[in-house]
Amino acid sequence: MTTPDTNPILTISGLNKTLGGKPILRDVSFSVQPGELKVLIGPSGGGKSTLLQCLNFLHEPDSGVISLDGEAVDYKSRKTLYAYRQKVGMIFQDYNLFDHLTALENVSLALRKVKKLKRSEAETRARQELDRVGLADKASLYPAELSGGQKQRVSIARALAMDPRVILLDEPTAALDPELIGEVLQVIRSLVQSGMTMIMATHQMGFVRTMADEIIFMQDGCIVEHGKPAELLDEQRGSRTLDFCTHLSEFENGAP
Amino acid sequence: MERTISVLIESFPYLLGGAGLTVAAVVGGMLLGLVIGLPMAVMQVYGPRPMRWFVQFYVWFFRGVPILVLLFLFYFGLFQLLNWNIDALTSATLVLGMASGAYQSQIFRGSIQSLSRGQFRAASALGMTDGQAIAHIILPQALRLSLPGWSNEYSIILKDSALAFVLGATEIMARTQFVATRTYQHLALALAACFIYFLLTWAGVRLLRALERRVSVPGFGQAGAK
Repeated sequence: MTTPDTNPILTISGLNKTLGGKPILRDVSFSVQPGELKVLIGPSGGGKSTLLQCLNFLHEPDSGVISLDGEAVDYKSRKTLYAYRQKVGMIFQDYNLFDHLTALENVSLALRKVKKLKRSEAETRARQELDRVGLADKASLYPAELSGGQKQRVSIARALAMDPRVILLDEPTAALDPELIGEVLQVIRSLVQSGMTMIMATHQMGFVRTMADEIIFMQDGCIVEHGKPAELLDEQRGSRTLDFCTHLSEFENGAP
Repeated sequence: MERTISVLIESFPYLLGGAGLTVAAVVGGMLLGLVIGLPMAVMQVYGPRPMRWFVQFYVWFFRGVPILVLLFLFYFGLFQLLNWNIDALTSATLVLGMASGAYQSQIFRGSIQSLSRGQFRAASALGMTDGQAIAHIILPQALRLSLPGWSNEYSIILKDSALAFVLGATEIMARTQFVATRTYQHLALALAACFIYFLLTWAGVRLLRALERRVSVPGFGQAGAK
């Protein structure tokens, strides 16, 4: 879609998913270029979250092909699946930190158990990642002792520690108090600037406007439209995305 | 009165020796129950259907039959039939352990199912296998949450262990009966047995509570706290 001269990192073609007899994803196809930030927007129940979960096979798609670096992922093979998941990080709306582990252990556990690093190496790396998200001084705290924004930053550090090629973010700020959203978006912004490839579901329109390379608008499991923010959010063009975003901001401002 | 006191004083070391056997049976039974119950809980939550059926059948059987009947079934029945020469105390320990495994599996299953799904997903998303997620994320939390139920289970097993008396195991209850039939101090000796059981319950529950505090994680497992 954008910059067709480079090879896409991730290609999704013809993805379908039905849950409980209800089609959630319908023939979803798109590709992601290295360093790109793709943003998924759309009404809830539109399939954004399911799409992201399918992208690292937390949900198995019913049909369709996902390719990483041009190679179709054979997710039925456990070995391929686990290797793929290491390369595709996931950030959840409700953080999903491991409640019995400190911030440092949250970040270092998979380095030790999945990447098989020694404890000391894993912890050194984990400290670097915590430092990167501004939480070097919180390493020994448990999730219950952290604010929502801090928890989400730990979960970002946890994903980054695995050296992912792509990070999927499922409404990373949706569960946060308004005053905590900024610190998480700041971390994501710095990831964009460092060239991380990301697919993110979010309704933070200010962020989307300035940071996204492309918006994908999803409704009823389909990609309704996609394009650069400047195009889709152009008041002259009257896109579905703009329409949705206008309602969104009305809702946020308390108007009917 | 003096006679009662002297009987109690004279027999007390003997009764305490019985307490040693009781503790051995209870600790052995609890540990065997742990070894049986924990994998069963994991199988029941995560296993394929035949495995879940097997666990359900096991739990149904061992929870459905009184301990006393199980003791007869195994000690005088199955072990005899198989020509296994197992002494009464060991038999009682095995039976208590097998029955406790059924109860413990349900304690652990409840704890596992009380955990949010998200953490398992997060572990999977990091490339952990299901086994790794269960071993490093689910069980460390589920076991912590199980400790209150486990201390309950301890106090129940401790008292069930008195039934080993009917097999002729010389634990607390058997020894108080031996002394009582010889000295006719039934009331005093029954009270002595009460006292020892109280003491063992109290000590065990205290110990498990200390363990609970020792492994506690700030803010974890306090979802229902005010």
